[in-house]
Amino acid sequence: MNWLTNFVRPKIQNIIGQKSETPDNLWHKCRNCGQLLYVNDIEKNLHICPNCDHHERIGPTERFKNLFNNGEYKLVDLPPTNEDPLKFKDQKKYTERLKAARNKSEFQDAIAVAYGKMGTVNTVVAVQNFLFMGGSMGVGVGNGIVTAAEKAIEKKTPLILFTAAGGARMQEGILSLMQMPRCTVAVQRLRDAGLPYIVVLTDPTTGGVTASYAMLGDIQIAEPNALICFAGPRVIKDTIREELPDGFQRSEYLLEHGMIDMIVHRAKMKETLTQLLSLLVNKAA
Amino acid sequence: MQTYLDFEKSIAELESRIRDMKSLESGDEINIAEEVDRLENKLDKLLRSTYAKLTSWEKIKVARHPDRPHLSDYISNLFTDFMELSGDRNFSDDQAIIGGIGRFNGQSVMVVGHEKGNDTESRIKHNFGMARPEGFRKAVRLFHLADQFKIPIVTFVDTAGAYPGIGAEERGQAEAIARSTEACLDVKVPLISVIVGEGGSGGAVALAVGNKVLMMEHAVYSVISPEGCASILWRTSEKAEDAANALKITAQDLLKLEVIDEVIPEPIGGAHRDHEKTMKSVRKAIDNALLEFSAISSDKIMELRREKFLNMGNVGL
Repeated sequence: MNWLTNFVRPKIQNIIGQKSETPDNLWHKCRNCGQLLYVNDIEKNLHICPNCDHHERIGPTERFKNLFNNGEYKLVDLPPTNEDPLKFKDQKKYTERLKAARNKSEFQDAIAVAYGKMGTVNTVVAVQNFLFMGGSMGVGVGNGIVTAAEKAIEKKTPLILFTAAGGARMQEGILSLMQMPRCTVAVQRLRDAGLPYIVVLTDPTTGGVTASYAMLGDIQIAEPNALICFAGPRVIKDTIREELPDGFQRSEYLLEHGMIDMIVHRAKMKETLTQLLSLLVNKAA
Repeated sequence: MQTYLDFEKSIAELESRIRDMKSLESGDEINIAEEVDRLENKLDKLLRSTYAKLTSWEKIKVARHPDRPHLSDYISNLFTDFMELSGDRNFSDDQAIIGGIGRFNGQSVMVVGHEKGNDTESRIKHNFGMARPEGFRKAVRLFHLADQFKIPIVTFVDTAGAYPGIGAEERGQAEAIARSTEACLDVKVPLISVIVGEGGSGGAVALAVGNKVLMMEHAVYSVISPEGCASILWRTSEKAEDAANALKITAQDLLKLEVIDEVIPEPIGGAHRDHEKTMKSVRKAIDNALLEFSAISSDKIMELRREKFLNMGNVGL
């Protein structure tokens, strides 16, 4: 970063009005290795870079299609939320940020819930969506988790939750913090009903999300090289003023430190989860 | 030497004048007494008016005031026969969270809370009230112990947040906080939480999932520090005051949002000005809260707590 990249280049870009380095829709640039990939190719490859194996962040629809038998599932309706409960405004109004996020998304908030069959087992799957306001957890996401648990209890099925979040949604202040105990109750209800709760941690899962329902799974799985932490690396670096160890807070580091059961490559996710569900649900010989 | 906050300049001047007056050796004693009276009345009015309309940002400063009563003060004033219980049985004893059994009005209770420390040495010992996983795991152990022996739990919350460090992350800070929150929701004994100073994010909520959550009049409770919020949303920590307003962190706001159940009044000029009155006020609030659950069955106590937190977020301002 210097005068050239900070000042001159943005200015030139403004003049010629170019906004991204690659044309939209057609090409995808790997966020890890920078390889240019044909969009169709990376979609077919479950959004994994064929060059460096980087797992790109994906939304609920891609997950659901990859997981359920024949890509068939039913979306579960989520109850509406109290919009902008604090009348929050930073440099922008929260309502404007929400509107912008909704315009870019097929969903109303940073979570979607679906019901369908994986192998022989009916399952509820909830997916947090990092692409919607950083996946941040507010009352809407809380509603998603609570509804998913209720649906699983009603249908007597396991619940699989894919987590992805920058943390709590600051624009909902204390009410987002309160989603930590709220969602914990949802997990406890599931446990009281004797139903499996499987968590798949994806990149990134941080803050209040990690410090509540994301770490309470009966089985804890992570995608490769996902950032999973309570305090983010930058916060820690600023606090202790030391370099952080290699691979710090990545899936492999968590596995080594006994925090998760396994790391599963996205190409093996459906197969692994299906087998796991079968072992937990179809118990008789 | 008293620590004055930046909005207390005229209060500091008045108090210093009163002290000077009182230290005058001789002279016209009646006139001095009259003048002291007059100034003390003025001071009382000034303290009342200042503290009646504190902004969110000013409340943060009050909540962080070094002379504010800390856990050790509450323990020694509100409980008798207190015995500290240490360690998480896995790794170490984290002194950022202190716990133990004592008596409250004669009844056995489990006390768990953050301790920030009062001077440099004790602040380092208690890590400024910022707990590591071992602190939360000690809390979990004590919550279950209380549950086993049917002893009510009282928690005191006063932390800037859980400690962000390599070791803390390595040993599962997130999981430890999650388990502590879960344990709060699992116990079948009454759990009363008091936010006494700073309620900082996940490190606070891990001890604050009570049947009743009480909050001191000038305490704050927030999902993120206003400084942290400002540096993310405004891209500069200089906007912390704006962030403090936007986040709604005061006891008065949280009562409206039904996140807390009751505001505990503080003495005129804040808890740091009169520990004795503060203790009286807190004692009464805890007593009332415990009484409310004395006739309720243990299953019901847990269920009421879970129901309450399952509904969090339905009420807006």
